[in-house]
Amino acid sequence: MSHRNHHQRPGIKDYAIIGDCRTAALISREGSIDWLCLPDFSSSSVFARLLDPRGGHFSIAPSAEFATRRRYLSRSAVLETVFETETGRARLIDLCPIVDGVGSLEPMREILRIIEGIEGYVDLEIEFTPRPDYGHAKPELRRVTDDVWRCGWNELLLLNSRLRLAECGASLRGAVRLTAGMREHVSLAYVDRDIGTIAPLGTEADARCERTLAWWRDWSRACRYDGPERDIVLRSAITLKLLTFCLSGAVVAAPTTSIPEAIGGSRNWDYRYCWLRDAGLTMSAFLGLGFHQEASMYLGWLLHATRLGRPKLSILYDVYGRTNLRERKLDWFAGHCNSSPVRIGNDAVGQFQLDVYGQVIAAAQSYAASGHELEPAEARMLAGFGKVVCARWREPDNGIWEIPGRRRPYTFSKVMCWVALDKLLWLHEKGIVRLGSNEKRFRRTCEDIAECIESQGFDADLESYTGTLGAKNVDAASLLMPFFGYREYSDPRAVSTYNRVQAELGSHELLYRYAPGYDGLPGKQGAFGMCSFFAVGHLAMRGLVGEAQCLFEHLCSFGSDLGLFAEEIEPESARALGNYPQAFTHAGLIYSALSIQRARAGGGR
Amino acid sequence: MTPVHGASPYLALWGLIATLAMTSILEASRGLGLSRLSLPFLIGTFFTSRRRWAIILGFVLYTIGGWIFAFTYFVLFASVGVYTWWFGALAGLVHGFILLTCALPLLPFVHPRMASEYHSASAIRQLEPPGFLALNYGYHTPLSTLIALIVYGAALGGFEQVERAAGL
Repeated sequence: MSHRNHHQRPGIKDYAIIGDCRTAALISREGSIDWLCLPDFSSSSVFARLLDPRGGHFSIAPSAEFATRRRYLSRSAVLETVFETETGRARLIDLCPIVDGVGSLEPMREILRIIEGIEGYVDLEIEFTPRPDYGHAKPELRRVTDDVWRCGWNELLLLNSRLRLAECGASLRGAVRLTAGMREHVSLAYVDRDIGTIAPLGTEADARCERTLAWWRDWSRACRYDGPERDIVLRSAITLKLLTFCLSGAVVAAPTTSIPEAIGGSRNWDYRYCWLRDAGLTMSAFLGLGFHQEASMYLGWLLHATRLGRPKLSILYDVYGRTNLRERKLDWFAGHCNSSPVRIGNDAVGQFQLDVYGQVIAAAQSYAASGHELEPAEARMLAGFGKVVCARWREPDNGIWEIPGRRRPYTFSKVMCWVALDKLLWLHEKGIVRLGSNEKRFRRTCEDIAECIESQGFDADLESYTGTLGAKNVDAASLLMPFFGYREYSDPRAVSTYNRVQAELGSHELLYRYAPGYDGLPGKQGAFGMCSFFAVGHLAMRGLVGEAQCLFEHLCSFGSDLGLFAEEIEPESARALGNYPQAFTHAGLIYSALSIQRARAGGGR
Repeated sequence: MTPVHGASPYLALWGLIATLAMTSILEASRGLGLSRLSLPFLIGTFFTSRRRWAIILGFVLYTIGGWIFAFTYFVLFASVGVYTWWFGALAGLVHGFILLTCALPLLPFVHPRMASEYHSASAIRQLEPPGFLALNYGYHTPLSTLIALIVYGAALGGFEQVERAAGL
């Protein structure tokens, strides 16, 4: 239960996510939609108060002091926020309806808000302040009927509600006294380049809510994880699904941009795109939980959306596989907690990362190893990636963490090159990929890479694999080596690397990616959620189930009350940092839980 | 040559040549990383979800379709009495615009395996919608499509000029 504080902006963990697998909205604990991009994840924002108080919002909250309690309705992405005031209790249900708009006249996108009196009475205030195009567009608000308002710019929003709203500057405001048993609906429909649809209210809106709940519960039934951590694992699975773009199969890293890696800092990046470095882990999460259709869609996206640059891979793409993503700064936004600049687009698109080849091939190999077939064209694509690896593996790159500036010979990049060729050879041996005369070349190069890693990427004094070849730094990415099959979890070099990484990068049982300051960028960053979860997997797969379980529970305590995780965690304050919620962290959580489950079943070593 | 005078005996051949030229440009633009649009694949997936068969079947149907469609061009040329490469190119340009602005955006609503902006979340693997001007398949898609259709029209429109020059 939390209490309203008018003087403090919500923290990152105060936000919940709702979505329809095409876009997502972030809703504060106080019932305000403070982030929404339309029509897709990476489109421009309509509400962006998350980044600036003038960015637009859509709030429904009591006018008096109140406390809130919130949760997702069981096994769904439908959010319930209960407001409690001195006079009574009311609840707010928020959802993006998942209904067929092709065979009916449902809107292209919709946010449905249902308010219901539970006990006594609650005076609610509604404020609708759209600020489209990242606050740049000047929307025209106009009443269409008694219940319907239109907000037009190049696109169109249609707000439908029986609550009395009045124009107040560039906002709509209203108030209602909600008594026990009263139920009101507010529907916000969106359309782009088409005739708008006004979504009906009343029982029809309730039916949309019921259908959406049924859809999510039906979807959740496919989750085959049945350990004691099922609730948090399923929440991570639902979050991962919410970050899936259903029109192409892509999975975006996060639905937000420029949530800082340190409050007041400038490490603010746009994560509303798809990173290939997430491929191996994301595929593993889908397959491990039994979501094979999602795995299939994701692989389809990985192999076909990346076609424009084939066989060379970019490190990130938009949901349709486009790479025209150069960065721009939104100077008119103050940034989350005054952390400027706010960026859209991501200049990392111009970087070179060798590990992405291994990630994509490992994802395809996991998919095939689960009994799925690869199309001949897909198999040829994979072989093409292998040729690129053979030609370029010796080159320095920007590494898995996209460290800007001078390219370096990152050890983990070499490992992923080894993984690319090793998995291709496995696929060849299974008759899935035909390497032909390239087989010998791939095998020889694979051995060369391993020899290079062992001779230059392992430091005997440190007893650890190093961050870069021949250097003394360590990198938490080294923990991923056993996951990709480069070493056994129990291999002495893997164990001693784990110990060294914990010693040098650990803080409050969390892990930084690399030593603070190593990347040369100004400002601080937090511990990296995904790496911390990987430590759990490491312990579990070595058979240290009890330790793994303790660490897992400890890490889960850093999530929000709804089980959502950002990219990073500030160890001292447990504050969430970075874009939120973050697919990579949730995939890491799922991986670690699956590892514990396997270890419990006797699969750990 | 007009319908009154009778069709050239090489008309069918030129229809095929124009279709293959257009297809080659579209496929080359895919190979060069300019676009992901594959019209044969989109046609093939009307009938099968198996990629390999979709490509083969789509290519056959697309070639036959392009070949038959050439006769529409010939009727157009005959109706205005202009048989020149530039008029064919102009017709190809218009054809390309219609394809990009009407036919492809309509496709998600008639294609059994393609998602549209109105599709809800689903676990079924679907084809991506082309979007406005097919830009979802790459920013150069409108350009490569228009060029391919201009070449198609120019080849059809200019065939009589070539025939005349060759003394056929």
